[in-house]
Amino acid sequence: MSDSFDDLRDLYQEVILDHGRHPRHGTRLAAFDATAKGDNPMCGDRVQVWLAYGPGETIAQAGFEARGCAISVASADLMAETVAGRSKTDARALFAAFREMARTGTCPACEASLSEPLDRLAPLSGVHEYPSRVKCATLPWHALIAALDGADKEASSE
Amino acid sequence: MNVIAKPAALDVAAIRAQFPILSQTVRGKPLVFLDSAASAQKPRAVIDAMRIAMETQYANVHRGLHWMSERTTEAYEAARDAVAALMNAGDRSEIVLTRNVTESLNLMAHSYGSLLKPGQAVLISGMEHHSNIVPWQMLRDRAGIELRVCPITDAGELDMDAFETLLADGKVGLVSITHMSNVLGTVTPAERIVQVAHAHGAKVLFDGAQAVVHRAIDVQALDCDFYAWTGHKLYGPTGIGVLYGKRDLLERMPPFLGGGDMISSVSYERSTWAAVPHKFEAGTPPILEGIGLKAAIDWVQAIGYDAIAAHERSLVDHALARLSAIEGVHIVGRAQDRGGVVSFSLDRAHAHDVATLLDRQGIAVRAGHHCAEPLMGRFNLDSTARASFGVYTTLGEIDALADGLDRVRTFFK
Repeated sequence: MSDSFDDLRDLYQEVILDHGRHPRHGTRLAAFDATAKGDNPMCGDRVQVWLAYGPGETIAQAGFEARGCAISVASADLMAETVAGRSKTDARALFAAFREMARTGTCPACEASLSEPLDRLAPLSGVHEYPSRVKCATLPWHALIAALDGADKEASSE
Repeated sequence: MNVIAKPAALDVAAIRAQFPILSQTVRGKPLVFLDSAASAQKPRAVIDAMRIAMETQYANVHRGLHWMSERTTEAYEAARDAVAALMNAGDRSEIVLTRNVTESLNLMAHSYGSLLKPGQAVLISGMEHHSNIVPWQMLRDRAGIELRVCPITDAGELDMDAFETLLADGKVGLVSITHMSNVLGTVTPAERIVQVAHAHGAKVLFDGAQAVVHRAIDVQALDCDFYAWTGHKLYGPTGIGVLYGKRDLLERMPPFLGGGDMISSVSYERSTWAAVPHKFEAGTPPILEGIGLKAAIDWVQAIGYDAIAAHERSLVDHALARLSAIEGVHIVGRAQDRGGVVSFSLDRAHAHDVATLLDRQGIAVRAGHHCAEPLMGRFNLDSTARASFGVYTTLGEIDALADGLDRVRTFFK
């Protein structure tokens, strides 16, 4: 390609474009145990997350429907991929670590046990340079936590 | 406009040299600032006026008997005169200085709204900013005032047949409507709106936040009853807004905020109000902002609205031509009469991604619902990207936008 997109790639890495365009988990689950919506009133992004639980306090499967930018859709898809098969406790710890990574670009306090799933989420760490876009990446996670909490109220990325 | 005279061409390079910020770089690239409709940049004249006031003559206004206060009061009240002259108001007492358009509209909803009776209606349009929707909803819910919404056409123009129909039963007490859409760029037919509304017994309030930047406003020629706008979009500072109102109407209206400066006398039993416009100006006013606003008005008038309007027309024409030629770009709003605002969407790319990828190239546009969610719904959109122009915008910057957008399109292909 004659035109170089190097200047555009720091945030929009190929994995984000790919998951943003072709999400693997971007569907409502036919059978689910919990669901919650997330809404970012500042930009209009909306997401709903569905969870099916497995034995022993685990998340067997996650699905979502999102209306928003490439960052929010890719983040939702990578989240669904990453939390499937994990314990609910791990999913919460992963959210805390991911949020730190999205805000600061690094995750110094991240537990070694989370390093593998965090590596998968690492392409999203570029949002830390764009404060207004951090919420795009974290919104699906807020919805996930609201679903885990069984909260009736809509999650907000605020 | 009585004669079609060719306005003096704008010396954009000389104008740009007066804006210190325009020589900044963003992410290593020259700043291409196409977000003036959100807030315009400030010329040196405005920056200096506020700085010099702080350095040489600052004190509170309307109360001190000392030299500093008298000088500052004169400077602040000169802003009122400048606003009155800019809008061709009949009298300086018809100019209420507020903090922004939102405050002006809330003042109207509370104060003029209290003169409306249950069963009466307020009529807005389908292309209003949230600030011209929410205060009327709050009035509706607290006072039983009906809220009517005039639809707009697919081109993004006011449906004037529907407008007249909505006024036909005579229940509309106030029409509150934009003079220029912050999303579509549409300039509404203000003269016709006033004629039709008055014929049906309704008063008219214009939200001129965008319009006042792009064309001369003559409230007496328009015969509108109220007109609101804000300083920061007209190259002035934030924190100062305007509400023009016909004097007899302002005099009938109760105060909005209570406090110092808006009273004539105060006792524990009762207080009496100052004369208009001070009745609506409680508390220490935005003093430095007023001084900055006067500098901005002087600066704009030295350039002249004819030259500004001609320059913006060339910018809009060029933008519509360049952006329309890009595959997958859809321009939202095709009004005949429009100002320097162009909203667009791009196939396969969300507006926020478009804005971020343009920002990487040093180009600042706004993306989102532009505080006009119902309007977005009218066009089945969640959000758009919006490029908006100022007196300092160049044709070359629009080319940069078009080239940058073409790269974004290729990137998302």
